[in-house]
Order: sequence, then structure tokens, then C-alpha cells
Amino acid sequence: MNEIFELYPALPELLLAGGAMAMLMIGAYKGDRATAPMLRYAVALLVLAGVIIAGMPGDRTAAFGGSLVIDNFAKFLKILVLIGSAGTLLMSGDFLQGPDRRKFEYPVLILLSTTGMLMLISAADLIALYLGLELMSLALYVVAAFDRENLRSTEAGLKYFVLGALSSGMLLYGSSLIYGFTGTVKFAGIAMEAANGGIGLTIGLVLLFAGLCFKVSAVPFHMWTPDVYQGAPTPITAFFASAPKVAAIAVFMRVSFGAFAAITAQWQQIIVFVAIASMALGSFAAIGQRNIKRLMAYSSIGHMGFALIGLAAGTTEGIQGVLVYMAIYVAMTLGTFACIIAMRRNHKAFEDITDLSGLARTNPVEAFFLAMLLFSMAGVPPMAGFFAKFYVFLAAIKAGLFTLAVLGVLTSVVGCYYYLLIVKIMYFDDPAPAFDPMGGALRTMLAVTGLFVILFFVYPGPLVEAAGVAAKSLF
Amino acid sequence: MASWPILSVTTFLPLLGALFIMAMRGEDASIARNARWVALWTTLITLAISLILVWRFDVGSPEFQFIEKKPWLASTISYHMGVDGISLPFVILTTALMPLCILASWRPIQQRVKEYMVSFLVLETLMVGTFTALDLTLFYLFFEGGLIPMFLIIGVWGGPRRVYASFKFFLYTFLGSVLMLLAIMALYWDAGTTDIPTLMHHAFPRSLQTWAWLAFFASFAVKLPMWPVHTWLPDAHVEAPTAGSVILAAILLKMGGYGFLRFSLPMFPFASQEFAPLIFTLSVVAIIYTALVALVQDDMKKLIAYSSVAHMGFVTMGIFAGTIQGVGGGIFQMVSHGIISGALFLCVGVVYDRMHTREIAAYGGLVDRMPLYAAVFMVFTLANVGLPGTSGFVGEFLTLIGTFRVNIPVATLATVGVILSAAYALWLYRKVIFGRLTKPSLAGILDLERREIVVFVPLVVLTILFGVYPKTVLDVSQASVAALVENYHQALAAKTAALAE
Repeated sequence: MNEIFELYPALPELLLAGGAMAMLMIGAYKGDRATAPMLRYAVALLVLAGVIIAGMPGDRTAAFGGSLVIDNFAKFLKILVLIGSAGTLLMSGDFLQGPDRRKFEYPVLILLSTTGMLMLISAADLIALYLGLELMSLALYVVAAFDRENLRSTEAGLKYFVLGALSSGMLLYGSSLIYGFTGTVKFAGIAMEAANGGIGLTIGLVLLFAGLCFKVSAVPFHMWTPDVYQGAPTPITAFFASAPKVAAIAVFMRVSFGAFAAITAQWQQIIVFVAIASMALGSFAAIGQRNIKRLMAYSSIGHMGFALIGLAAGTTEGIQGVLVYMAIYVAMTLGTFACIIAMRRNHKAFEDITDLSGLARTNPVEAFFLAMLLFSMAGVPPMAGFFAKFYVFLAAIKAGLFTLAVLGVLTSVVGCYYYLLIVKIMYFDDPAPAFDPMGGALRTMLAVTGLFVILFFVYPGPLVEAAGVAAKSLF
Repeated sequence: MASWPILSVTTFLPLLGALFIMAMRGEDASIARNARWVALWTTLITLAISLILVWRFDVGSPEFQFIEKKPWLASTISYHMGVDGISLPFVILTTALMPLCILASWRPIQQRVKEYMVSFLVLETLMVGTFTALDLTLFYLFFEGGLIPMFLIIGVWGGPRRVYASFKFFLYTFLGSVLMLLAIMALYWDAGTTDIPTLMHHAFPRSLQTWAWLAFFASFAVKLPMWPVHTWLPDAHVEAPTAGSVILAAILLKMGGYGFLRFSLPMFPFASQEFAPLIFTLSVVAIIYTALVALVQDDMKKLIAYSSVAHMGFVTMGIFAGTIQGVGGGIFQMVSHGIISGALFLCVGVVYDRMHTREIAAYGGLVDRMPLYAAVFMVFTLANVGLPGTSGFVGEFLTLIGTFRVNIPVATLATVGVILSAAYALWLYRKVIFGRLTKPSLAGILDLERREIVVFVPLVVLTILFGVYPKTVLDVSQASVAALVENYHQALAAKTAALAE
């Protein structure tokens, strides 16, 4: 009986995995008719998992002999991942209506991927980390190619798979080096040995970080992002941009502070470089983009750069900043993608930014919310995105990373240009033909996230405090 | 202390009006009509409430008044509002000009009236908030937030090159401000708070003062604007709709000067003293160079825009002179310039609405057809020149004598600028108003209508009232200015004493 009780910290993962299996069985018998109800079941499962996680104790509890841990940090990020996944599923309804897209595997794959993310966030040793990462990624490769008749979608899936396999290889090789030089796979054990690990450990660390950078799509491991974002079906792109990013950033923080706190100076310089490179590329490369999904890809690269500033600071404030950043980032991403998914005329999707021309006349409410989301992404106060940047820069200034902070704010001004460009297209240009009316789910998503970014400044306390509590549990 | 949150009400009432307008549904024509009226009434009620501030304000006290404080981001970053003699004139300037701007847009704006009025009301909230915020983070929120509505106002209702102008405006000011944001954070870690009254009495280390001063300077110099970062202003002014130009010239520019007064001088006294020669140089260049540039403009709005840069040069010069006359004169000059430049842009708007051109060469001899307009334009032209008896004179005179006590060559050179301003302003007036009315297109032009007279009357009255009886403004700011200057010199004296030991 005691053994079963010990599994309690892993209950959400078990629930989602079991649920996915059950849904697979239902799908196998009922076929594609079951897709629509299964979408709802999957959302219900995610909500249930979220409720379970919210009810868990905040102090560190371990399961599976210490391989998986749950603490306030994990709770915060897991709930964020679940919000991202559930949001994606809610926005996928229209996409799955299409011919030969009504595949019941869709919600199942999203659930399995989410299970992987939850594991990743809880991982306390390198094996659990790898298992979680692969479970997440394998499901993602498949959903990237979900639109099977579409050349770009299959290309996206294949490209993502090949590059993802490469990064997994690097990550595994790094893990083996770390194991070789410290004699353990447990983060706690590595932490004790890290100070005298020598050059071998450092090389292992670099390779491990390279693998993780690939998952957060940070420069210089970002190459896959624009192609995959563009090729994948739009709801899937929304998924790529939200939940997996949260999970990957989470494990980044867990590894950095859980295992390598003793050699902070070693990894700090990597993170500083990666952050600067991501911010710069994210803002400069996006300027030339005309496809809105590619543009969002570069935008997300830039956002990851900003989030990594908090990690580079290497302090509790920094982690708090990253957590606030990710929470706001998920909201902004879901809202923006709700608009991108709604860019349809006569059931045909449009992806060029000029298709948004004059949206302020044809659909003023949508244009207003999208404009506010874009200003938020640009970090203009009083939108939520400003506070996201505020907290990471606050941490960077405290840690004395002035160059990083100055470069960061300067790139944010450059990045501002392309967000403004979209606002300009919506508000200053002459109207293009109207889009099809937005579905109820998309409208709700846009309204909720839009109001969140606009009104965040009124009562920022709860989120910031929760992030603070979560950040403390990492130290 | 007020029994009700009077400052919050003044700040957020326009936002409430904006939400009300946003919620309107119905036919386009009726929405436009209702939006105009709601906007006008909202701004009028806001003005009335802000006048209660003046009535209850204790002019003898240099302290912040009508304080409101609520926890916000953290225990040390709070929602803290209050006004003193330095900020109150700007609050009133804002609330007083807004109804006039709404009235001035009554007829000219026919497209997307609802969005226009919403933008203006949101902008009013952000502008008033900038002047009433007593927490740096909160200040930054209002200060930067104002970019969004102004970007839309220029971009949606602006002229042919509106896209270029709006982007330039936004990115230029944004670039200046983000550096200030980093400085705010550095101050936060040094003092443990972003509360402005606390920071004013916090002694920052020398090097931090220098860097923070430069970062704040980057933001305020762009906003004010000072030469050589003024190039966004002529573009923004030319392309913006009339009321947008008025707000830009009358209030948004003043945020820069207000920032220097509120932050740079009291918080970084050493750095302010060290960099005063830089400010003096840039101010004199602005006064003389931009006046010369104004002489060769062929667009009326551009000419007034350059003249604004020159007039702001007097403000920075006076503020960094660090004397009571200089600082008080700087505030007075900002208020006076707010009224005069705003009025001049409205004057341009009047003929633009009729002829749809702002080219100086397209006009001439308007006095024949528009005697009333000629008279009004005359008042503001002379005020812009700084003729004694108008408010323009008092501001320039005070800043000049304030500077004269500190730096004679600078004051002398600046006086040359006064002559130049007479040259371009009178030249503009002669070209547009005098001469023979030969252009056939002007033959049917009509004089001011009733709505326009209503807009101009208060401005004319204020220009002359402040010119002959400047005490109305000077008394309000006097106590706070005296305290500011005294603290500034005390800090500097303490430093000199420390160095001597």
C-alpha cells in the first residue's frame, strides 16, 4: 500500500498516460467519429491533472527512488504546460473538421507529449530527463507532419525529426560524459561532484546544454524553428510555441541549479551568449518575414533569449523572472495564434501578414486584441509583456550583467519594429476582404488572453508571488 | 489629505469615458456623434475635477499633496500618486487642453471617430498619470504607455507620410526610454525602492549618478526633444492631425522637461552639475540652429515644430542653471509654450481644414477675408516671439536671467535666439496674413466659425493673463521650486565640503 502511495507525486503523469492509452483503445474501435468527443475528453483530462497538481503539497516530494520530484517550481510550470496544451486542443476544433484530418490520434499524441513535458519538469536525474524529453519530442515529430497531404507539413515533420535526433544524440553524449566524470546520474549527486568534475564535465555540460537549447530553439540551435513553424498545421504551431518551450526552459533551470550550481560561472557565460544571440537574431531576422508563422518563429526565438536572461542572472530573482516571463509568454502566444488560426477565407487558410490588412475595419474587436497582444510582445507598458521583461532585466541588473541588459533592451527596440509593422497593416492600411467569422473557442481564447495582457498591471501580485515561491523551491 | 482619491479620479476618468465609447453600438453616424459628445463631456468633467485640485492645493507647502498610496508590484514598488507645485501646472495644462482638442477635432475628423476619441481619452489618462505618479515604475508605465495611442493617432488619422512619421516617433522615443528603464532598475537595487520621494532623499554613489543621469537624459532628451535627437519631431508634427500636433507640442514634449525637474536634478545633483555644460551647449545650439532651420521651412507646421525645439532649449537651459529663476522660468516657459504652440498648431489647422495644404506659399493676404483669424494668429505669433505682455516673454526672460547668474556667454547667445525667433515667426505671419490676396483659391475662404472661436478664446485669454500677471503660475510652483533648488545646492555644497576634507 505504501508503494502505491509513493506514486502520488507522479499521479498527473500516470493519469495522462493512462488516459491516452484508453483513448487510443476507444479510437481503435470507434474510428475517426470519436475525434470530436475525444478532444473534449483530452481537455477534461488535462484540467483534472491540473487540479491534482494544484492540490499537491508544495514542499519537495520524490517518487521512483528520487527520479521524479514535485515541488512548487514543478507545480507552477506543470500548470503552465497544461494551460498551453489545453489551450491548443481547444483551438484545434476547426482544424480537425477538415477532410482527412479527423484523426483520433491527434488528441492522443498531444496528451502523450504533455505527459513527457510533465515528466521533464519533474525530472531529478538524467535518465528521467531523457525519457521525458523523448516522449515529448516523438509525439511532436508526428503532429508536425499531421497534415499528411501537405508537402510543407511532412517536410516540417521530417526536418524536425532529423534535427531533433541530432540534438538528442548530443544530449545523450553529454549525459554520458557527465555520468563518466561524476559517477552518478542524479542531479543531487552531480551537484556534489560538480566542483571537481574537470574539463570532461564541462564538455558534457556544453553538450547537454546544446541539446536543451535545441528544444527551446535558442540560437545557434534554432535553424529548424522557422521551417517547422511554417510547415506544421497552425494549431500545432501554437502548441510548439507554448507548452514544449515551457517544459524545456523548466528543465534548463532544473539542471543548471539542481546539478551545476557549483560551476555557475561555467554555464553562465554560455547562457549569456545564447541569450544575446537569440535576442539579436529574433529581432533582426523577423524584420524581413512576410509569412506570419515564420515571423512568430523568430519572435519566439527572441522571447526565449529574453527568458534566458533571467537564467543567466543565476539568482532567485532571475528564476522568478523567467517564470513570470514564461507565464505571460504562453498567454501572449495562445492569443496571437488564436488570431492566426482565424485567418481563413472560405475555409482556406491565409498566412501572409498583408492578409491582415485593414483588420481594424473588418473586425475591430479582433484587431484591437491582436494589437494589444503585439504591443505586449514588444514589451510596451502597460501590457503584461512589459512586466515579463521588467522582471528578467531587474534580475540581470542586480546580478551586474549590464552589457547583457543593455543589449537586451536595444534588441527589444529593434524587435518592436516588426510588431508595429503588423499593427500598422491592421490599422493604417486599406481593408482586405473579411475573414470567416471566428469560432467560439478562438474568440474566447483571444478575449481571455487579450484581457489578461491588458489588465495584468492592475493586479500583478498573485502571479508574481506564485513565481517567487516557485523560484525559492529550486534553491 | 483628500477624503476621496481625487488624483486617481482625475487620472482614470478619461479611461472610463474611453471604455464607455468603446462599448457603443449602432449606426456609424450616431456613434460618431455620441462619441464626440461623450469625449467632450468626459474631458470637461475631468477639467472641473482637476480645478478642485488647484482650489484645495496649499501653495505654501513644497511637499507632495493629495497623496494616495497602495501596494502594487511589491511592498517597495507601490501605486503612489501625488502632486506638488512642479507637477500641478502640467496636470492642469493637460486637462485644460483636452476639451479644446476634442472641439478642434469636431469637424475635421470624420473617419473612425469612435477610435479617435478613444485614443485621445486613453492618452489623457496616460498623460495625467505621468505627471501624478510618485513611483518611478508607475511613472514609466504611464510615460511609455502614451506611445501606443499617439502612434495610432499619427498613423491612422495622419497625413501622406504618416506611416514613416509614426514609426519614427515610436521607435525613437522607445529607444530613449528603455535605457531609462535599466537605470530605474539600477536605482531600485541601490535604494531598495522606486518611490520617488524616497529616492529624492537617497544619496546615490557617484558613478551610479553619472550612468543613471545619462540614461535618463537619453529618454528625456529625445522626448523634449533636444538637438540633435529632435529629428522625429518635425515629421511627427507635420503628419499628425491638428489635435495630435497640439497634444504633442503642448504636453508630450513637456514630459521631458518634467522628467529633468523631477528626477535628474534632485536625484543626481552631482551628475547634473557635471553635465550642465553639455546641456547648456545643446540648448544654445537648439535655440540658434533650429531657429535658423525654421527660417527656411516652407511648411507651416514644420516651422512651428522647429520653433518648439528652439523654445525647449530655453527650458533645459533654465532648469540646469539650477537657480530659482531658471527652474521657475523653465516651468513657466513650458506651460506658456504649451498654450502658445498648441494654439499655433490650431491656427494652422484652421486654414488647413479649409484649403488642405500647409504650404506657406499657398497663402497670402488672408487678412482681407479672415480678419478675426488674423487677429488671433497675431496674438500667438507675438507670444511666440516673446513680446512683453504675453506669456512667452515671462518664460524666456526668467530662464535668461536665471542662466545669466550662472553662465553669461550662454545667456548672451540664447538672447540672440530670441531675435531669430522674431524673424521666422513674423516672416511666417507676413507671408500668410499680409500682402495681397491674389490666389484665386483663397477668394472664398471663410473666417473663424463659432466652434473655432470657442476653442481660441480661452487660449488668448490665458496667453495674455499669464503675460501680464504671471504670478498665477509662479505662485503655485514657487514653494516646490525653492525647495528643489535648495536641496540641489545643499547636496552640491556637501560634496564640495567632503572633497575639501
